[in-house]
Amino acid sequence: MAGAVEVQHTALTLTDHLPVLQVAIPFLAAPLIVLVGNRTFAWVLSFVASALALVISFLLLMAVYDGGYISYALGGWEPPWGIEYRVDAANALILFLISAIGTVVLPFAYPSVKAELKTTSHTLFYACYMLCFTGLLGVVVTGDAFNVFVFLEISSLSTYVLIAVGAERDKRALTAAYDYLIMGTIGATFFVIGIGFLYIATGTLNMADMSDRIADQGSNRAVRAGFAFIIVGMGLKVAMYPLHLWLPKAYTFAPSAVTIFLSATATKAAIYVLLRFMFTVYKPEFVFETNTSLLVFMPLAVIAMFSASFVAAFQVNFKRMLAYSSVAQVGYMLLGIALLNQTGLTATMVHMFNHGITKALLFMGAGAMFYYTGSAFYDKLGGLGRKMPITGACILIGGLSLIGVPGTAGFVSKWILVQAAFENGWWPVAIAIVLSSLLAVVYVWRAVEVLYLTPPAKNSTAKEAPLMMLIPMIILAGSCVYFGIFTDLPLGASETAANVLMNGTNGELLR
Amino acid sequence: MLDFIAGHANYWLFIVLMMTGLYIVVAKGNLVKKIVGLNIFQTAVFMLYISSAKVAGGTAPIFPTDSKGYIKTDGIDQIIYSNPLPHVLILTAIVVGVATTALGLALTVRIREEFGTIEEENLVEIEQSLTRADNKAHGEAMGGMA
Repeated sequence: MAGAVEVQHTALTLTDHLPVLQVAIPFLAAPLIVLVGNRTFAWVLSFVASALALVISFLLLMAVYDGGYISYALGGWEPPWGIEYRVDAANALILFLISAIGTVVLPFAYPSVKAELKTTSHTLFYACYMLCFTGLLGVVVTGDAFNVFVFLEISSLSTYVLIAVGAERDKRALTAAYDYLIMGTIGATFFVIGIGFLYIATGTLNMADMSDRIADQGSNRAVRAGFAFIIVGMGLKVAMYPLHLWLPKAYTFAPSAVTIFLSATATKAAIYVLLRFMFTVYKPEFVFETNTSLLVFMPLAVIAMFSASFVAAFQVNFKRMLAYSSVAQVGYMLLGIALLNQTGLTATMVHMFNHGITKALLFMGAGAMFYYTGSAFYDKLGGLGRKMPITGACILIGGLSLIGVPGTAGFVSKWILVQAAFENGWWPVAIAIVLSSLLAVVYVWRAVEVLYLTPPAKNSTAKEAPLMMLIPMIILAGSCVYFGIFTDLPLGASETAANVLMNGTNGELLR
Repeated sequence: MLDFIAGHANYWLFIVLMMTGLYIVVAKGNLVKKIVGLNIFQTAVFMLYISSAKVAGGTAPIFPTDSKGYIKTDGIDQIIYSNPLPHVLILTAIVVGVATTALGLALTVRIREEFGTIEEENLVEIEQSLTRADNKAHGEAMGGMA
């Protein structure tokens, strides 16, 4: 044999390192920004880092679009001993959403942050933004349960700071950040208790390995208690209905750019973790899991859809209205999980993507108007739709997508959700989806009425938003319409993702 | 029964500490006390992890310097270690806890500067009056719909 040894090329190429670069690039950008210390360079650096992350996530998504998964052993330590980054269709889509929103928000953030924050805090703002971005990407990309907690805390801690800097406009941002810190830490600690129980029961931290061992040994009390802790802990982060109290305050008082970014990404990353634990680590065949979805998720989701929409309809603040609407929309995503069928999971995945771009677009509209009026209260926004025609049109498109009008992205996800409900024969749920969408018509109409049918204030100096704000809005409005008509990218990836999650078939190892 | 209670002593202590911490977070109105409660709550979790790492008769998982890179495994000289992994995990969790505490206290200082109080009931009162003023000012302009 000695003579026939063939020297194999074992060095890794750049493509092999994509999963770790996805997290490492924004992570390294954060301290670099602090070192550079110049606010224009800080912006350029964060934009370059997030654009690179976007390219990487697109490459990853294309690689796993048709199924299969990529496993990356961090530092060369093979899983299940080392930390594994594992990319399949389910997290590649969320990675793409987070990095796309992170990139699109930055041009908007430049003028918005300039107007809302004092100049000394700009550099640190971008550093925190990059850390939050890193944390969210890390939560989604990692295949190691404890690593999820670490990245979750990186994103949460930077989020508290990002919300608190809104105190320069309204001091209530501080208490909003404090409340979120208390609730978020309780949530994260519950999550880590759950991981602890799982570790004690299985002796592993790698999610795929954990899943095999739980499947082998069946359920026991430690495994079930771990499940409960993980669901409640993540429920706080998701803003699942009775645990949503931090969200409206935080989104209302945070700086516009932060609200846009968080509304589109933070809750989505948490829902992804919920999906990963419910369907990959625990298998949906477990009775306690079926009961949880049927008796906990379903009623809470339906209550959220109605009560949060109802509260949204009575708000006098545009940002707060959108925040409550977010709680309601999270309800649709949880409903997709509660249906426990493949179509329902597809709906959850698509809705995460579609609602991400829709809500980012609407909060951008609110931010652009805040830029001129310094207020998001409806009585200050009267007639601005006519003074800022492009911004107004973008808000209109976002509003239609939020309701779920055919031809917009929001329609696609609600349509699939209704189909999933019929698949289970749960027609009252399907009716609830339609009825709660009617409530969305009410609160969106109120915004439209203010923006178009109220005469503008006489001394209003508002004019069309600056180009740096318009371009991101037009991109997002365009994608709301585009993904409403050409549904291939989110829907195809979501179907693969739902298949991976529901059937537990990972497909082949791609690299 | 007694065996069951004594055999799970670490878990009972974990539950007591955890509930104490959680109770303080929920029941105390002082923002600093809430953070202290949060710390106790997190410490309980550290204990859960660390105590689960103990192997009966095991020593600290430190590689002996006199072994010259290998350990004799001929029955008697074998060394039993406690599981080092939970210790490493909790080192990370302690760092996270310290960062959370620091940030929470920093926020408390800022809240004291802006609101002049760190008692929750006073803060809620101030916030409610601010919200009421907002709703009145902006709601009436909307035709009193709020």
